[in-house]
Amino acid sequence: MDTLLFNLIWLIPLLTVLVCVPIPGTKAKLIKGIHAFSGTFVLALVGYLTYRVYALSGTPIDDKAAPLFLRFFTDIPWINSLNAHYIVGADGLNMFLLLLTAVIVWGGILVSWEIKGNQKVFFALIQMLATSVYGVFMSMDLVLFFVFYEMEALCMYLMIAGYGSGRKDYGGKKLTLTLAFGSSMILATLFGLYFESGSTSWSLVELSKITLPTSFQMWAFPLMFMGFAVSSSLFPFHFWSPDGHASAPTAVSMLAAGVMMKMGAYGCLRVAMFLMPEAAKVWLPYVVALLIFNVVLGPFIALRHKDLKYITAYSSISHLGLIFLGLAAITPVGLRGASLQMISHGFLTGLFFATIGMIYERTHTRDITEMGGIMRKVPFLGVGFAIAGFAGLGLPGFSGFVAESNIFIGAFAQDSTLTRVVTILAILSITTTAVYILQTANRMLHGNMPAKYETLTDANLREKIVVVVLVLCLLLIGIFPGWIADMLDQSIAPIFAKLAAAQAPVIGG
Amino acid sequence: MINDVSISYLIFLMPLLTFVVNGLFLGKRSAKGAAAFAIVCNGIAMVSALLLAVSYFTSGYAPQKAILFELPFLKFAETFAANIGLLVDPLSIMMLVVVTFIAFLVNIYSVGYMRGDRAEGRFFALLSLFSFSMLGLVAATNLFQMFIFWELVGVSSYLLIGFWYHKPSAVSASKQAFILTRFADSFFLLGIVIVSFVVQSFDFEKINALTLSAFQSQTIDLGFMVMTKAEALVLGGVLIFTGGWGKSAMFPMHIWLPNAMEGPTPVSSIIHSATMVVAGVYLVARLFPFFALSGSTMNLIMVVGAFTMVFAAVIACTQKDIKRILAYSTLSQLGYMMFSLGACRMGDVVVTTGWTASTYHIFTHAFFKCSLFLIAGSLIHQVHTNDLDAMGGLRKKMPLTYVCALISILAISGIPPFSGFFSKDEIILTAFQGHHYVVFGLALLTSGLTTFYMFRLFFLAFHGAPRSESVKAGHVHEDFFMTLPIAILAVPALASGFAAKGLFEEFFVPGKLNVPQLVQLAEAHWIPYVAVAIAVVALLIAWVLYASPKAKVERALDDINRGSVYKVIYHKFYFDEMYYAVVRQFVIGGIARAARFIQDYIIEGILAFVVWFVHTLGSLVRRAQSGNLTFYLGTLVVGVLLWRFFGQLPF
Repeated sequence: MDTLLFNLIWLIPLLTVLVCVPIPGTKAKLIKGIHAFSGTFVLALVGYLTYRVYALSGTPIDDKAAPLFLRFFTDIPWINSLNAHYIVGADGLNMFLLLLTAVIVWGGILVSWEIKGNQKVFFALIQMLATSVYGVFMSMDLVLFFVFYEMEALCMYLMIAGYGSGRKDYGGKKLTLTLAFGSSMILATLFGLYFESGSTSWSLVELSKITLPTSFQMWAFPLMFMGFAVSSSLFPFHFWSPDGHASAPTAVSMLAAGVMMKMGAYGCLRVAMFLMPEAAKVWLPYVVALLIFNVVLGPFIALRHKDLKYITAYSSISHLGLIFLGLAAITPVGLRGASLQMISHGFLTGLFFATIGMIYERTHTRDITEMGGIMRKVPFLGVGFAIAGFAGLGLPGFSGFVAESNIFIGAFAQDSTLTRVVTILAILSITTTAVYILQTANRMLHGNMPAKYETLTDANLREKIVVVVLVLCLLLIGIFPGWIADMLDQSIAPIFAKLAAAQAPVIGG
Repeated sequence: MINDVSISYLIFLMPLLTFVVNGLFLGKRSAKGAAAFAIVCNGIAMVSALLLAVSYFTSGYAPQKAILFELPFLKFAETFAANIGLLVDPLSIMMLVVVTFIAFLVNIYSVGYMRGDRAEGRFFALLSLFSFSMLGLVAATNLFQMFIFWELVGVSSYLLIGFWYHKPSAVSASKQAFILTRFADSFFLLGIVIVSFVVQSFDFEKINALTLSAFQSQTIDLGFMVMTKAEALVLGGVLIFTGGWGKSAMFPMHIWLPNAMEGPTPVSSIIHSATMVVAGVYLVARLFPFFALSGSTMNLIMVVGAFTMVFAAVIACTQKDIKRILAYSTLSQLGYMMFSLGACRMGDVVVTTGWTASTYHIFTHAFFKCSLFLIAGSLIHQVHTNDLDAMGGLRKKMPLTYVCALISILAISGIPPFSGFFSKDEIILTAFQGHHYVVFGLALLTSGLTTFYMFRLFFLAFHGAPRSESVKAGHVHEDFFMTLPIAILAVPALASGFAAKGLFEEFFVPGKLNVPQLVQLAEAHWIPYVAVAIAVVALLIAWVLYASPKAKVERALDDINRGSVYKVIYHKFYFDEMYYAVVRQFVIGGIARAARFIQDYIIEGILAFVVWFVHTLGSLVRRAQSGNLTFYLGTLVVGVLLWRFFGQLPF
């Protein structure tokens, strides 16, 4: 039963779109109602399944899924000529990412209630995007994984180009083409991986049992890792994200920064590092050098920007850099920190973009120098933004602190000189983060208010619910990190076991 | 030893409950209800803390340490976990009592002070958030918990300094306070990471029991340099101390504290004088055996403390804003506490009198300084300005406040039998016994300066002729809610010195030290006499200058027609301006600008080049696909001919 429900997660959004097809676009209320219901339903479903995974932890798992710790394992032949199967499964890691996606999609539907343009198509696209993201996190078969992975960038383009603001065409194109560039690297290595392994399956479970030739891994790993890292905006492939976010509508920014950017990091961990652990051990200590840009310079760039969305985009870039620091640590604590950061940052940036979108709807500007003192008029949104800010600068009590402390402690345990240097720099740059966040919050919320904002109204109930739920998620992880950390540990264990067992080849040998 | 643990939960839960209830529900609806709720809850917390203290000190278990309860928070490895708990020992119990007591009184005081404010409910919520965080910090059983609450007190301080967020000066002061302490905290966090990596634990118990010799042979690569783990521990200690350095606003990270006076006065009194700013001292006291491992760390602590002590006292002599005078005096007193801890080491020997003296001073200082701030708040509330220019002649109008102010000022000046005398005397004695004669001299000097600037404040505010219209017109009165806590605080300001002396001498010794303590301490019975004599002389000077019949008050308050030295001091040695210049020019105008340049021109430039390259390549190929049949035919013919005549083509 649970397995069936699990498979419904990605199907429901798609079905919702189909249901809405015959309804004429003029009945926007009905369509939005259906979508909101579907979003809520999926959220409840994922919440229930997360609980099930939690309740089941400790019980033995399906042998077919070993060595991964997968529940609800489903394996159905799909394209026989390719040996591609439909394989899905859930462990703590992807279950929480699914939950994150469900929350953000639900929030995204609610915040775009008043979106201008063809609402029918917009909500259909959100659901398609949701399907693809759910699919990416669920699938354990590389072909299936890649199909979903590709679907998402296309939906993203249509939504930005069709419903965005500012330089939407440029932003959308930049985003989609860069992501496609990353996908091409992934695709190439996926084929290489399949043929080099000599396996007759694309299944992650099967492939993980094979040790790929080191010579292959040595070139394939960086290619695949960078391919995935493109969507997590690792330097030097981060350039798409500020322009993309800035021109995207609120819901798309939330989804892109909150969920889609985690797909890359997830892929790095689940596919690249898991299948090619030997090369990972060689390459990852060098990857951290790239993080100096993300983690150290990212906040400084945010400091010089005036557009709220650019600031948040650079803050995302720096936070996502920390995910890679956790991954590059190759310690259980570091990997756990990286996964926690994926989840935590999803909620955090969702809240950021949601409040920014709501404020933008009222002030019609995102330039912080034009705002000021609006806390008095929109206290709820102001507090929401401030909470996002504090969570973003790693205040204890919110999830960001838990994730960051795991990453720092985990990364410091990695004995490579470069990693130590970057870890120390990363720890010291928590100050810079505080500087740009406080500067933004103070400029926007505090001080003198221009007279034109006298008429602003605070959030309505629909908006309040979204903000409150996102804040609760941040608090929940931040105050009770124990259980979520346990679940993540369980699902990271097989990945770490493979990494630990791998003998790093001698470079040049 | 303590049978009833549940009562100790109340100490923490009550302020938290107040924060949640007032913040979410009560604050917006009824300011009176919020205030009443806050007072009741904080009262319960205070009673619980007192009960805990009584049962601890009477149980015969003191001064041993015990962990009363511990909740799991996050596990990093089997034995490497961060918990949230309550560590009881004399130090933490003393702090719990002080924090809850002062929080209770300040909540009462705020009823009067904040009356009619637009966001009164929010104020009471935030004040309780602060108490909760501070209590969690004090109760910490390990470094991780300490850091968690350390950040939370930082953020509550930020929110309360910037409470009047429509005032740009308050907003920028709050930002400055948060960022500067955050800057120090980043080093603190790094220190925690390094130390916990070496020790594989956060627990104070384990860290305090370390010996360096065990780590002498292992090395660690910190990226910037390779060092032994013993050296890394010392480095980690210095980094951890940096956290306290910033939080206690020691020079040169002191500028945020005087600026933080932009916040409401009850906030200044609880956060920026009595409790939060001593967190840095508390941290050093808590980890004292760990810091004492290295003589250089101890010297650093001593030098930083002693310098801040003198530096701030000098500035305080020239200021005109009463809250800033008190802020500099807080800095100076914090300097006393800090150097006293650092002065405990002489050569390889650690003496613990300084530790006792420092914690003793935390205790007495909390009362008289909190009281002074509340008095300042009362004055400000009546004359509507912080400036001494507008005060004077308040003695007759506010008699009770006048008496309480005198008590607290005598206490801070170190006049017996007031509380400050006992603790300050011990600190000065420590410097002497540790053979730190320069610091000893400075401490005596500062003691004189303290008396001078405090009585300057006192005479200028209360004596002489009224200088403001509202005082002359007699609009000044004493508010019940504001005067009551002041009157209550006068009692410990007067008596906490001799009343608690026995308690401190018996129970207040730092944890186990790994250094032999056999040392003959020089007795110096003459020190108190000298210290009091200096204070009396300073008092007389202040009287002559500001209150005697011949005093020229106009001249005293003139800050324009002054010599250059006075001006430099009056402008606080231009540290605010220096910070501003560094941040503006170097950080925002330099590094951040360079970073943005790299992003906008170099990276985007390379990207633009790639795009241009692809486009150009495409347009080259596009020409071949022109749809022109003649062109197609021509190339076909040329190709065939080439192939025919040259045989094999290169491709």
